[in-house]
Amino acid sequence: MIRDYSTAGRIARFTGLGICLIFTLFPLYWILVTSFKDPGTIFAYPLKYWPSQWSLANYQGLFEQSNFAVFLVNSVIVSTVAAALATVISLLAAYVLARFEFMSKGAVMGAFLVTQMIPGFIALGSLYILMTRLYLVDNRWGLVLVYVAVSIPLCTVMLRGFFENVPASLEEAAMVDGCSRLSALFRVLVPVMTPGIAASYIFNFVNCWNELFLSVTLLNSDSNKTVPAALNGFISSYNIDWGSMSAAAALSIIPTMVLFAFASRYIVEGLTAGAVKE
Amino acid sequence: MAVTTTDRPAVRPPAPGRTSGRRQFTGRTALILFAFMLPAIFFVGLFTYYPLLNGISMAFRNYNLNDLSDTSWVGLANFRTLLGDEMFRGTVKNSLVWVVGSLVPQFLIGFTLALWLRRRFRFRGTYQALVFFPWAVSGFLIGILFRWMFNGEFGVVNDLLMKTHLISTPVPWLADARYAMVAVIIANVWYGVTFFAIMILAALQSVPEELYEASAIDGAGKVRTLFSITIPSIRTTLALTVLLRVIWIFNSPELIFGMTGGGPANETHIVTSYMIQVTQEGDYGRASAMGLMVVFVLMLFAIFYLLAIRPKQRLTVKKAMR
Repeated sequence: MIRDYSTAGRIARFTGLGICLIFTLFPLYWILVTSFKDPGTIFAYPLKYWPSQWSLANYQGLFEQSNFAVFLVNSVIVSTVAAALATVISLLAAYVLARFEFMSKGAVMGAFLVTQMIPGFIALGSLYILMTRLYLVDNRWGLVLVYVAVSIPLCTVMLRGFFENVPASLEEAAMVDGCSRLSALFRVLVPVMTPGIAASYIFNFVNCWNELFLSVTLLNSDSNKTVPAALNGFISSYNIDWGSMSAAAALSIIPTMVLFAFASRYIVEGLTAGAVKE
Repeated sequence: MAVTTTDRPAVRPPAPGRTSGRRQFTGRTALILFAFMLPAIFFVGLFTYYPLLNGISMAFRNYNLNDLSDTSWVGLANFRTLLGDEMFRGTVKNSLVWVVGSLVPQFLIGFTLALWLRRRFRFRGTYQALVFFPWAVSGFLIGILFRWMFNGEFGVVNDLLMKTHLISTPVPWLADARYAMVAVIIANVWYGVTFFAIMILAALQSVPEELYEASAIDGAGKVRTLFSITIPSIRTTLALTVLLRVIWIFNSPELIFGMTGGGPANETHIVTSYMIQVTQEGDYGRASAMGLMVVFVLMLFAIFYLLAIRPKQRLTVKKAMR
């Protein structure tokens, strides 16, 4: 640590940090405040920065006028299942990629990383056609399968990093003691890596929860739509009802924020591990 | 991007004799490992690579969902149509403005924030968790949040600017072509600072403290330390983060979709958001051609960028040491 700070420098630094914090949190604050205002006061001058009367009318309106409860349930189902499947599948692949050398390993890693660099939308049209042929259009489980595929590459890279932090001797010892490879993986390695696996799961979940274009393309009917697909419908209307819109936005932001608050440290670790080795 | 050469990641069960690596394994183990890899390869192959290759082939075909009677090969016709399309050229220009306009402020603010966060202080963990929250939110929702804040009539941005007497009448941010791009870029800057801050902070924490101590002993000032110690030490991360960001910003039309939908009068459409719109209209051939051009341009950019930063490395350090 260097200790050459002048008081002025320190004041400047903390003022800067404070301004950054205010700027960052303000949009969130504003959508929350809007959502709790009485619908009549949202469009009233002067704007109220702190509602004089808190109200749940916007939330009530949202659930009464749209199928938002259905959209939320769909989002929860799709994200939970897709994230879980993707994490398990990536875990197996990451184990192999972290622990063994084989000829086509570079090709596999390359193929996974390429998916991160190209705009996935090139595949959007032909994916729609593929899903039509598989009778999986407008089907939540079809969307789950696509989300699993989309989540696997980055999740595998992250988990591979976490595997490399665990000494190989650990599962070797277990296998000498008579464990099979699979049980060594799940009974010895997985418990050690729980934080990393949980972070990968949350990362997948949040990405699926937030995903827009695939859900808009692959889901049409209200009974199957997830929250982003539904929000896309809301904002496409000529006159946006900002009262229920703000409530809907708040409801879809909060779960991911809470999850991220728990996992962000590990996710950052997983994502930056490769990039920061100078 | 070796899309065509590594079409389906083919993992052959590794032959025991060929292992060069961390672990020796027998044929039975190889079979188990192959089984471990299989689900990942199946999913990525079927739902990512198959549609991807198919999508690339569509760029050279007349493939319009509204009329599938003739899906013949048309060579480069889709590309020619695009290059002659006024709208497409507009989106190329917008993409450049969007990428450069977002990237530079994101970098500068993100870097500053990372420098401020490098040293421990009370509640730093809490502060980081709070300031990094945009990361958890989708670009689409950020777009919706800012659409509401930049609302011309009841938007908080106008209200604040009028309260501070920076403007006298409300600005129709998202309805006026002159301001819409500015508003969208402001939103994107806000959204992307976090990513830079996270990456740069992680890199800063890997710089050995002794370097700073040594430079303090040598009497280097703050600016000098920044340019001769900090920046040279994290050069690689900086360069790669910028590259990743360029690709990422180019490829992320979600925010634009949430905020303006490309409007007013397509003034905020970038290539990728226009591409989504064309896909939704059903003209898969033209959309794929656009996507291929994006990949091609970004690939060229990446190659030149990587070539450009490599030999300069020594030079920059030397310049900084002067």
